[in-house]
Amino acid sequence: MRTSECDLVIVGVGGQGVILISDVIGKAAVLAEKRVCGAETHGMAQRGGSVINHTRIGCSFSPLVGLGSADLLVALEPGEALRFAQYLSPEGVALVNTKPVLPATVTAGLARYPPVAEILSALRKHCRRVMDLDAIALAGKAGTAQAMNVVMLGALSSFIPLSQDDLLCSLAQVVPPRFLEANKRAFALGKAEVE
Amino acid sequence: MREYLLGNAAIARGLLEAGVGVVAGYPGTPSSEIIETVVDLKGDSKLHVEWSVNEKVALEVAAGASWAGRRAAATMKHVGLNVAADPFMTLAYLGVGAGLVVICADDPYCHSSQNEQDSRRYAQFAGIACLDPKNPAEAKEMAAYAFEISEKFNIPVMLRPTTRVSHSRSDVEVGEIRPPAGVGHFLKDPAHRVALPVHARPLHADLLAKQKGIEAELEGAPWNRLVLKGKTGVIASGIAGLYAEEAIAELDEEVSLLTLGAYPLPGKMICQMLEHVSRVMVIEELEPVVEEQVKMLARRVNPGLEIMGKGDSIPRHGELDLLTVHNAIARMMKRPERLAAKVPDTGILPPRPPSLCPGCSHRATYYAMKKAFGKNAIFPSDIGCYTMAVNMGTVDTCLCMGASITLASGIRHGDEGASICCSLGDSTFLHGGMTGLLNAAYNKARITVAILDNSTTAMTGHQPHPGTGVTATGEPTVQVSLEALAKALGAGLVETVDPYRLDETIKSFERARDYPGLSVIIARRACVIKARKKGERLRPLQVNEECKGCKICIDFGCPAIEFEGERARINSLCTGCGVCAAICPASAIEEVAL
Repeated sequence: MRTSECDLVIVGVGGQGVILISDVIGKAAVLAEKRVCGAETHGMAQRGGSVINHTRIGCSFSPLVGLGSADLLVALEPGEALRFAQYLSPEGVALVNTKPVLPATVTAGLARYPPVAEILSALRKHCRRVMDLDAIALAGKAGTAQAMNVVMLGALSSFIPLSQDDLLCSLAQVVPPRFLEANKRAFALGKAEVE
Repeated sequence: MREYLLGNAAIARGLLEAGVGVVAGYPGTPSSEIIETVVDLKGDSKLHVEWSVNEKVALEVAAGASWAGRRAAATMKHVGLNVAADPFMTLAYLGVGAGLVVICADDPYCHSSQNEQDSRRYAQFAGIACLDPKNPAEAKEMAAYAFEISEKFNIPVMLRPTTRVSHSRSDVEVGEIRPPAGVGHFLKDPAHRVALPVHARPLHADLLAKQKGIEAELEGAPWNRLVLKGKTGVIASGIAGLYAEEAIAELDEEVSLLTLGAYPLPGKMICQMLEHVSRVMVIEELEPVVEEQVKMLARRVNPGLEIMGKGDSIPRHGELDLLTVHNAIARMMKRPERLAAKVPDTGILPPRPPSLCPGCSHRATYYAMKKAFGKNAIFPSDIGCYTMAVNMGTVDTCLCMGASITLASGIRHGDEGASICCSLGDSTFLHGGMTGLLNAAYNKARITVAILDNSTTAMTGHQPHPGTGVTATGEPTVQVSLEALAKALGAGLVETVDPYRLDETIKSFERARDYPGLSVIIARRACVIKARKKGERLRPLQVNEECKGCKICIDFGCPAIEFEGERARINSLCTGCGVCAAICPASAIEEVAL
């Protein structure tokens, strides 16, 4: 028996705004009167490290998505997409922002960052569908590169059982009013990019 | 109304809806957001909320408030309870005034901790009730209920969320926030407030006599649920209960299920289960607290029962997850296990460990310390962001809050002849380092103590402390001088440096190294995250054509310095601290021109 309507794993690097995405989804699920739960990374692991957020729509069980059972992997950073790809179900979809954030191990010359194409091809072997987008460029087009995470939110909105109205309504609760219009544009650009 | 709430925010709401009057705590992942949420939600309420100097202090402040008739809570992470263990154990004897809740957040898997001790053992040890929530909604209900149990049985009550409850979110029903209830008057009652031996002896007997009543009360608590179905049973506690429920739903098996959320455990309910089934699996994170009791009860009611748990399918360390629990139950039911997920080849990926921020002053302080003391010196360290500098070679120990100074003292008294320079943060010094410094002075430990003063409790999310001059609610208060403290505690040499001024910092460390007694270096520079949030902008740096590619700046380890081709390059993460310019032997790093 399936115990959740839709399982998402949202990954990235500390500071990229992973938690905001899940917060908007969670609040939208409450507006839609659905059960929702999730888990997030705080504390030590946040300092420039990898972060992972689990969000389960229509679920009142484990806050963690099981390995191999995420319907959707949303990666704000391409390397992190591959790092956490084992959460994806083989039937799942990966949405990947293609702009890397180089870890200190790479900038210090201790390790190498692979070409993004290599990462995407490894991902493609792993799941049904991989969609890549330059979310930072799209956010810039919307008026603020800071809204990269909201571009990704717009992109993922087509793959989850929540309405755009509910998502935008909860986005307005989370984003400061003066940035709301730019964020709405970012959302729309992200959504259009994957349609 | 429902809200999507973080577990810790749900706990804070539970406290506020129960009319809590005083909340005190020390920051520690995964517990810190409880106090922060209370601050955010308190509005004009006259409730008192504070960041205490440490967990022992927090619990004693909360106990005093309880004795003055106000519902009170102390918050901490699991290892904080070790610090608060002294009042914790005896408070169970003395009892409470209004309800007293000890919120102790456990961290199975050590996501952000030095160990993964199981606080349910502590509650059992002290003889008090413990509530073990499975999700934010339960945690909120339990926070309110804990006050009732505390008042009914005159004991402190522990609420024990784990990381996956405190830092999970779910839809939670929220209610009305109530102003602090209670009279606010300390009633003199020496027999129950003064732990003299003559009082403690009968109080211990009283505490033991209460246990049956507490157990009977909790037997009916809504978080202990028994559903009898097939002859195979699962007993699971806290969040493991949630995993078990989900796994049984996935497997669609007729398994009898007892989920537990309150300790002392419901003996009657457990016996009902044990009499009904022919085999049972006990699923809980960390210690076999439930399993031990199940085994004891089974001897009486069903001696032939097959009992599975720790050592079979359920590990005693780390955290559980759905897959582990699913497969444990599947194996028991002779069903195929769910295969571990296909793992893609991540070998091409560079590691991304957490690290000190670009411009973090700790990196500069450690660089200067190592320059002055040399790599053969001993560098005991402590708990904070700076523990992440372990790769710099200046973190030789990390045990518990404040232990850098005392370990350094012991290493010296243990006849180590090398130079010893220990380090700890400002908040850690005020939490648990002051007594160690006093002891080092008194017992003539010839060591250097570096206080890495970034003027905040950075690692846990920038909480204020007595050195910051601000309270938890943002009000101005006395700002304690670390220099005056260090002097008063007996340090012979006390110097303050700005670690961004590298040469001066190195010289200061050299003087400390050569000082024939106890020396203290206060390396003061605001946390770079906080400074930038406040709007501080220093001119960033760049590498010019003088770069010889020697990589000395790369070894410094700042994420803003990259190596590209034959030369270093400074990226957009640069905050302008300028320390790399000071260490470059070719003078190839300069400020970007305006």
